[in-house]
Amino acid sequence: MYDVLIVGGGVIGCAIARELSRYQLKICLVEREEDVCTGTSKANSAIVHAGFDAAPGSKKAYFNVEGSRMMEALCQDLDIPYDRCGSLVLSFDAADRPRLEELVRRGQENGVEGLEIVEGETLRTMEPNLSSQAVAALYAPTGAIVCPFTLTYALAENAAANGAEFRFDTCVERIERTDDGFAVYTNHGVLHSRTVVNAAGVYADVLHNQLCENKLTIVPRRGEYCLLDKTEGRLVSRTIFQLPSTMGKGVLVTPTVHGNLLVGPTAVDQEDKSDTATTAEGLAQVTSAAGRSVSRLPMNKVITAFSGLRAHIAVGADDFVIGESAENFFDAAGIESPGLTSAPAIGAYLADLVAEKLRAEKKNDFIAKRRGITPLKELPFEERRTIIEKDSAYGQIICRCEQISEGEIIEAIRRGARSLDGVKRRVRAGMGRCQGGFCAPRVMEILARELQLQSTDLTKSGGESHLIAGQTKEGWDK
Amino acid sequence: MKHVELAIIGGGPAGLAAAAAARRNGVEDILIIERDSRLGGILNQCIHAGFGLHTFGQELSGPEYAQRFIDQVAELSIPCLLDTMVLDLSEERILTVTSRTEGLQQIKADAVILAMGCRERPRGALNIPGTRPSGIWSAGTAQRLVNMEGVMPGREVVILGSGDIGLIMARRMTMEGAKVHAVAEVMPYSGGLKRNIVQCLDDFDIPLFLSTTVVEIHGRKKLEGVTLAQVDERRRPIPGTERYIPCDTLLLSVGLLPENELSAGANVALSPITGGPVVGEDLSTSIPGVFACGNVLHVHDLVDFVSQEATLAGEAAARYLSAGESQAETIPLLAEGGVRYTVPQFIHRDTTENVTVRFRVGQPYRNAAVCVYVNDQLLRRIPKRVLAPGEMEKVILRPADLPAEGGSIRFCIEEGTN
Repeated sequence: MYDVLIVGGGVIGCAIARELSRYQLKICLVEREEDVCTGTSKANSAIVHAGFDAAPGSKKAYFNVEGSRMMEALCQDLDIPYDRCGSLVLSFDAADRPRLEELVRRGQENGVEGLEIVEGETLRTMEPNLSSQAVAALYAPTGAIVCPFTLTYALAENAAANGAEFRFDTCVERIERTDDGFAVYTNHGVLHSRTVVNAAGVYADVLHNQLCENKLTIVPRRGEYCLLDKTEGRLVSRTIFQLPSTMGKGVLVTPTVHGNLLVGPTAVDQEDKSDTATTAEGLAQVTSAAGRSVSRLPMNKVITAFSGLRAHIAVGADDFVIGESAENFFDAAGIESPGLTSAPAIGAYLADLVAEKLRAEKKNDFIAKRRGITPLKELPFEERRTIIEKDSAYGQIICRCEQISEGEIIEAIRRGARSLDGVKRRVRAGMGRCQGGFCAPRVMEILARELQLQSTDLTKSGGESHLIAGQTKEGWDK
Repeated sequence: MKHVELAIIGGGPAGLAAAAAARRNGVEDILIIERDSRLGGILNQCIHAGFGLHTFGQELSGPEYAQRFIDQVAELSIPCLLDTMVLDLSEERILTVTSRTEGLQQIKADAVILAMGCRERPRGALNIPGTRPSGIWSAGTAQRLVNMEGVMPGREVVILGSGDIGLIMARRMTMEGAKVHAVAEVMPYSGGLKRNIVQCLDDFDIPLFLSTTVVEIHGRKKLEGVTLAQVDERRRPIPGTERYIPCDTLLLSVGLLPENELSAGANVALSPITGGPVVGEDLSTSIPGVFACGNVLHVHDLVDFVSQEATLAGEAAARYLSAGESQAETIPLLAEGGVRYTVPQFIHRDTTENVTVRFRVGQPYRNAAVCVYVNDQLLRRIPKRVLAPGEMEKVILRPADLPAEGGSIRFCIEEGTN
């Protein structure tokens, strides 16, 4: 019997797990995939919104601004990258100035600090590569960028270090109320828990509706992105948004904490909760819309494209649904943008709510800090040399493009990576311009060795995503 | 800081031939730095025959061809660092290298030969829409899995791109028991060698669909199939021509890119056309003492030509180390009218040897002529029955052909007047 069972290993579920692990509680997080960070958390804009977008008084506004305030310290505690690069919302028509001013007012009401409108020379000096169409912009100095992968992994690792249990490849099929809590039926048997926290992303409505009167419908809203080579990472220095216009909702152009350039997303509603295919139309739309913000966007430097699904609530609410939606059943549902930004605040809020309900006491041995996997490439020469002297595996480069050593890959595996994608998202091997062309076979070798797997057991992302069909010449037997 | 006279980055065919030539021309202190665990580079996984016809008059396999040069390097007692990655090269020719055995160190070199080779263009560069399942590989990666590790990425195969590696892998996968359903090429002509089309596709009844590309990838976790469609002359898919082919493997052979991250870091001037350094007839780059050869310079069809080019680079590095940089005026070579680029891009006036100028055309030609103009005066006109982007061409210039001061040499294709 668990005290808390969290459904969903995205950034929200992991943030809740980490904050709950401050308390003397028996916590379990179940995740349908083989790893945390496999859904929306792995495919988003990777930005920390300042908080001027959401309607004042909404949950989105509150958790956004709170999350944005908490994020830097959290990233420090978890030893992951954070860059408060600031953000700009561009307007392309002088007549739109009142709308920028409206954003300033809204932001101020939400508690966002430092907002101002910039234009002319000031704007061009800040961002020399903006298109000539951009006439003015809202500048938000508190806008920031993070790595959504390592944020999620770090939260999960820290939660685990504080006693939270994780069950992977575990899919919740239904939940029933029992005398002392809930029976949670999964593909790996029944789990019992006093409380349930629903952080199931685009599937949160399915869980919610099994136990709550007020029904929700989540319609996945697909967003497609293109990621550009690090050679283009300095095209802009801040996250560049667009004021929505008759030309469409607009897309963003942003540097990433790792020095790439990210452009996107589109916004198209769909029924399928698992279809994250990209489309020719979507990628074309990203290209043309981003071209409004930045002149000469080098789309021939795209190294990969991907799409993610926002958990958009179409029926039942027009805000985040956060709280105790039914007795001992807690929701973090409809966490679309600014979800990543809000994650630290949602985690803290829900953890306190659940702990209060369970009358749980705080631990006095909570470990607040987590040590990240040191990215060797970023270390000064002497420091890097010392690490290699201690463990020679750090001297062997496996991923050429991102210069990732065998030592870092081994550490990723020891921290839970079980597939090529699990390694890639933890330490960036295969994340560079050749997209794993050179390192994939070598990472597969290391995975097989460390996890004692046959080559035919290796996967790209768990489940059926096998990489090797068998030995050569086997086909001749048939 | 450790010091060497000549550092060679890369122990593939280019680096090996360059090292041997430099030693034979008197360079005592040479170091080959190779990131893999053995010398030979990409040749180690090219187990098919067809290498060495020009150099040895024999059809060797890739490993056999490499071994001849590995033996030369061993006989010449040239030291190599294996499993060693060059992380950085500075303009002052300081190399930062790392390996398991030697750790992190810096090496100052009096001269450097860049011989890092090339890499394959990945799926992302094509922006093929669809899912991102397992089962999509660049052809060279699949070649490594099949030929060096003895494992099959899949059994039902579609190949996008008719570059040579894709063609070779169509045959290889078939011989290893897989079914290759199609090779799709977005251009109206193949990017590979004619002999590979015949020997790798025709001989195995593998269909080649020209002006055809993959417009969608299917399968959530594991590749389930691809949709092919024909494209118009602007390479846009033509609606109504789509067809679905079930498969568990998609191999991409859609271009090779010279791997010049180190060169760029050392501020070596790069050509936007080749993706490799801009070089003179002595393979010297814009940075004194830094030379380049092989696929890091421009992508070759035949390794024999890589060895020839690398030999020149080794000789030139030896000259540089004994006599310093050539101070002679340089004559630019201009690629125009159908010629995409030339290598070298310039010639020192004081050269005493014939210069082999290699180039590629931008589109296929029939009954055209390669024309060389010196200051607008026709120097040479070479009729060609067929010219194709997939086949590298060459013209040999003699020292006597070079123009007077301030002149240039122009290469172009002239059609229809044969």
